[in-house]
Amino acid sequence: MVLQVTDLSLARGGVRLIEGLSFELASGQAMLVRGPNGIGKTTLLRTLAGLQPPLTGQIDAEEDSLAYAGHLDGVKPTLTVAENLRFWAAVFGGGDLETALRDFALTPLRDRPAGQLSAGQKRRLGLARLKVTGRKTWLLDEPTVSLDAEARALFEAAVKAHLAQGGAVLAATHIDLSFGAADTLDLTPYRATSPIAGAFDEALL
Amino acid sequence: MRALLLRDLRLAIRAGGGFGLALAFFLIVVVLVPLSVGPNSDRLAIIAPGMLWLGALLANLLSLDRMFALDWEDGSLDLLATSPMPLEAVALIKALAHWITTALPLILAAPAFALMLNLPGAGYTGLLISLLLGTPALSVIGSFGAALTVGLKRGGLLLSLLVLPLYVPTLIFGAEMTRRAAETQEYLTPMLMLAGITCGTIALLPFASAAVLRANLR
Repeated sequence: MVLQVTDLSLARGGVRLIEGLSFELASGQAMLVRGPNGIGKTTLLRTLAGLQPPLTGQIDAEEDSLAYAGHLDGVKPTLTVAENLRFWAAVFGGGDLETALRDFALTPLRDRPAGQLSAGQKRRLGLARLKVTGRKTWLLDEPTVSLDAEARALFEAAVKAHLAQGGAVLAATHIDLSFGAADTLDLTPYRATSPIAGAFDEALL
Repeated sequence: MRALLLRDLRLAIRAGGGFGLALAFFLIVVVLVPLSVGPNSDRLAIIAPGMLWLGALLANLLSLDRMFALDWEDGSLDLLATSPMPLEAVALIKALAHWITTALPLILAAPAFALMLNLPGAGYTGLLISLLLGTPALSVIGSFGAALTVGLKRGGLLLSLLVLPLYVPTLIFGAEMTRRAAETQEYLTPMLMLAGITCGTIALLPFASAAVLRANLR
């Protein structure tokens, strides 16, 4: 078990979004988070990544096992592709730069300033970062935005390779990704019934 | 941590990084002062310590808002917050990078600028020591202010309002130390006060900055 979530409640901006969510993610498992806009997919992923605290409930994960990739890629426009990746590899202390570049077809672009990349190439760089983190569980928020069919195939292959190595993936997405046997976590049944988070004032916490 | 420092220094010297902006601003202040108060060299010698410190402080303020805002805009701050590096270290490294790219060039150029303001010869040592001791506090306090305003669009003015009152002790003791040195008086007391303020801010403020960043990232 790489990630276990028990009875989780989430709020965003003082509005309660999700209640009573429990699920488990095992090694080698991919899970797609589904649900309509605004249900709390991003909030769930940010909470799991530790960027915001849950209202209630418990998140059990191995220490330093999660890698988060949000809507933004964290790419510095004035650094080259290789410099961007090398920085994240150094921060996370691991990962093979060349393999990450190759897996996302970035090797020909390695010395290009990231500011000159197209949106899809930038996204590929953002996803390649996951490989150099050396983390076991990937939390992905709409990972395929602005990827073309070819790049999507690269991404799916990278995810499959990661799963085969005992990793796990939790991805919020609206499109169908072929990760092999992916489970689906639909958030709709967990939509909070009492929308206001009560006396909870997150500005003071 | 070294990787973050190197990345920030590299970003600062690449195009649009703002390196040299503070130095140019400092130069403008020093050029404009004699034009506004007149070229009387005795008068300039009297106001030189205060003007040099004021110029250095305002130049320092100029680049503060970029410290976390750029990383916040492109999502790097989220990723740094989920990295194994503690946010306290991120805040301290960012302040150090700001000091190296902003304050250090100012300190190196200060003797030339002091010459333009006719600072008495005895004041140069005091000016350099006071800038070396005092400017780290400006960068660390600035990183706290930048962390407070990180999510705000165009938070630069608010940042200045928040940070300037905290800059006052450093300004007072820095300028006082330079003035005493220029008048060949004993300047140990303001020097110790300046060093104390800097040590205190370096020890405490990174924790405050990290707490504020966590709240802002939510």
